[in-house]
Amino acid sequence: MTRRVTAGLALALLAGLVVADLLATPPNPYRAPPIVALGSGVAGGGGFCGALPD
Amino acid sequence: MSAAALPTGGGGTAGEAGRSRARALVGRGALVLGGVFLVLAVAIVAGIRYGLMLAIGLGFGLVLEGLRFGFAGPWRAMILRRDPSGILAQLLAIGIVAAVALPLIAARGGELLGAQAPVGWAMVAGAFVFGGAMQVVLGCGSGTLVNAGSGNPIALAALPLFAVGSFAGAYHLLWWTDLGALPVVTFTGWTGVLLTLVMLVSVAGLLWRLAVPEHRAVPRRYLVAALIVAVLALANLIVSGQPWGVVYGLGLWIAKGATAMGADLSGSAFWAAPESVERVRASLLVDYTSLTNIGIVLGAFFVASWRSGGLSQTLPVLPARAWVATVVAGFLLGYSSRLAFGCNVGAFFSGISTGSLHGWVWFAAAFAGSVLGVRLRPALGLERRS
Repeated sequence: MTRRVTAGLALALLAGLVVADLLATPPNPYRAPPIVALGSGVAGGGGFCGALPD
Repeated sequence: MSAAALPTGGGGTAGEAGRSRARALVGRGALVLGGVFLVLAVAIVAGIRYGLMLAIGLGFGLVLEGLRFGFAGPWRAMILRRDPSGILAQLLAIGIVAAVALPLIAARGGELLGAQAPVGWAMVAGAFVFGGAMQVVLGCGSGTLVNAGSGNPIALAALPLFAVGSFAGAYHLLWWTDLGALPVVTFTGWTGVLLTLVMLVSVAGLLWRLAVPEHRAVPRRYLVAALIVAVLALANLIVSGQPWGVVYGLGLWIAKGATAMGADLSGSAFWAAPESVERVRASLLVDYTSLTNIGIVLGAFFVASWRSGGLSQTLPVLPARAWVATVVAGFLLGYSSRLAFGCNVGAFFSGISTGSLHGWVWFAAAFAGSVLGVRLRPALGLERRS
């Protein structure tokens, strides 16, 4: 067995995750934020490893 | 024997070589088109910013795998061979980001956030455990994603448990931080740049003094990689408004899966917080760390597929205890990095480059843990060492 199998498995798992999520919670492009945060005037607020809940 | 002596065989070989080159060309073209298609698809389905974040993640994956630039390996090289070249390149990348990011965050504080977190007991212990576990699997936060994308079976086994550990660590995070933590300390603005650069140069000087003389020069590929990683990390900050991170996204994947299967997360102060509930309910394609994580795996896969023979290596035969150690270390990577407020990316790279004291403390604690992890690997059956 070669790395082709394990790399394929990694991609398949990732694709499964994204497709299942797309079906369960489809994104809404009409609610997308400005293209770039810098200069947008909108406060940043994505999830991050260092952030504790308010 | 010359080709002229065997005209049919030689012609056949040349023809086969030509067909092989054509197949490689078609394959590589398909990879490029596939990457562009995925970025455009996310931009259309979710929004342009999210497409850009996937593209940035792809860039990270391409450069980390393409130039073999990582975190766990260079730390191991310093510990085993007193070769600091990889760490020096990491410090260079961090310094470049700090010189741009700190003034930007000071000027546009509302729009751009740093990776700032408190130093505490659990944070230090978490960083120590993470350092050890990353040497056991030879993959850090970004490294595990890169290795999984390039078909490394150890990383593939560790990654799901890494995600579960990240979810569990976040679940218990507030209990751990209640054990004791200092207020958040940050170095800001141009003073922060100066302080950070002085500290980076001091650490680089110490490493250089400790190095064996033949390892004191930093290879060109590391310098190129450091520059590209710095540019991508700045793009990450400017586009998303937050620094490059890895671990949060992995835990979010498990939280979404658990919720979809009917799990109740209200027992966790972290996952029950309104912003966490909102993110669990939202699409993965609007979570920045998820997008860059996906991009890193894809980018590494693209490079491994592009590289001649990149995916044709046979898988290693390891003893059962090595696989047990891998999944345990995978879980510990995720759990400990949540307590430590990030992994080598979120805490070390992004913490230091955006002025957080916890990034420096993380560096010291994780390096101490790495010394232990390097010694553990042979005992766990993951490598033979004389």
